[in-house]
Amino acid sequence: MVEYELKTPIKEEDVRKLRAGDTIYIIGRMITARDEAHHKALELLKKGEQPPVDFEGMVIYHCGPIMRKVQDKWEVVAAGPTTSTRMELFEDEFIEAYKPRVIVGKGGMGKRTAKACQKVGAVYGAFTGGAALIAKQAIVEVEDVFWLDELGMPECLWVYRAERFGPVAVAIDSHGTNLFDQMYAKMEKNRPRAYELAGLK
Amino acid sequence: MQLEKVVEETAVELLRIAVSDLPQPIYDALSKWLDKESNPIAKSQLKAIIQNIDIARNTQQPCCQDTGVVAFFIELGEDFPVRARLRDALIKATERATTEIPIRPNAVDWFEGNTGTNVGKQGKIPWLYWDVVPSDALTLTAMPKGGGSTNVSNFGLLKPVEGMDGIKRFVIDSVARAGARGCPPYVVGVGVGGGEDMCMTLGKKALLRGIGKRNKNEEIAKIEKQLVNAINALEIGTMGLGVGPTVLDVNIEIMARHPASIPVGVVISCWAERYAKAKISKDGQVTYISHKR
Repeated sequence: MVEYELKTPIKEEDVRKLRAGDTIYIIGRMITARDEAHHKALELLKKGEQPPVDFEGMVIYHCGPIMRKVQDKWEVVAAGPTTSTRMELFEDEFIEAYKPRVIVGKGGMGKRTAKACQKVGAVYGAFTGGAALIAKQAIVEVEDVFWLDELGMPECLWVYRAERFGPVAVAIDSHGTNLFDQMYAKMEKNRPRAYELAGLK
Repeated sequence: MQLEKVVEETAVELLRIAVSDLPQPIYDALSKWLDKESNPIAKSQLKAIIQNIDIARNTQQPCCQDTGVVAFFIELGEDFPVRARLRDALIKATERATTEIPIRPNAVDWFEGNTGTNVGKQGKIPWLYWDVVPSDALTLTAMPKGGGSTNVSNFGLLKPVEGMDGIKRFVIDSVARAGARGCPPYVVGVGVGGGEDMCMTLGKKALLRGIGKRNKNEEIAKIEKQLVNAINALEIGTMGLGVGPTVLDVNIEIMARHPASIPVGVVISCWAERYAKAKISKDGQVTYISHKR
């Protein structure tokens, strides 16, 4: 397990170094995007239009935060990760189209995302689910917000500047290793033993 | 102060306590797991969870951004003077909590999008669970529960011949199906019997027992213990990373069933099992039950 600091814009060679199980801390721009924002960004692509912020080399954060406006300035109240598996539907398309280098979320992602990470050069990192205040402390500035009126607070694009956001565990690297796949394979092997412990035959 | 106003104030306070101050038994259980953990990934995840709970308590902020669909459990004493008007007081409290704490607006209207207030347009959200009891007081419980763990809860209708063994298997399979998605280590509430909706409600109420307390029925208590061991043997692990605890506790509640079916509700909670409970006397005295205040 190696520890890295990654500064945005992150280059392809920076993420190719990472291996599943490594720990990263993020410095720079993180953009929140959940179901609706991914969907909208990909719709724009089909229409040949550009999203309002450049995702290349940035960190996509699966997060629907609580935000508060204090004297015309947005501040983070709580900003933990949301379940990433919902984004498995289209994260591969998103990675190929917009080339973010790090996706941060919780709950893991599947084969399609892992394949896109391998092809394009990106990683998926797991941040502790529910650790919304550790996340908040690392977010030093809210740079911008897009699609707030249309998508609402949890679903819109929040553009954050982070100072050592982490620890984020690299769960899918760009070489085809997926810690969540490994866990599920082990879980299946463990299931008969679990039945036995419950007194089942 | 007018009694309705006391109810409203208390409900706001219960939401604030619930989202920012995790019940101590859960904190203790997580600390105990951390103490005996040696794997670096599991340690780092458990440390982050505990550190996060500490910050939430010290700053009175929501420990997790997903504060769920707002719901209250009401035990209404038949001689408590505010009855039908409780709904209005709790709706007001929900709106206030949304901006005052604040908590995330999570009520999404089917046609107009997020209402921004946590109050639904059909008058159903915040959801209220009513019980009328022989007393002159009101007991109110706030239980914010996130969407991640709600999405992995499960419901089954087993055949009567499957019996208790079928129930055990169904609970283990439900947690396996939830896998990494709902923020383990989980607390699992199981409701057995009744009908389709009844078992889910009972499963949710089972969570409110808190952790470390066994069912009074010895047979059920034994099954609860077996299931804790069995589910941890799946090794889904903390945050689904394959290391550390998978489940903190399993609480089962039972009720009579229809001869033709075994309804099982498996209500899964993330590690942040949040609730706060208070009693309001008819003269407006508030006593917090789940937390010291």
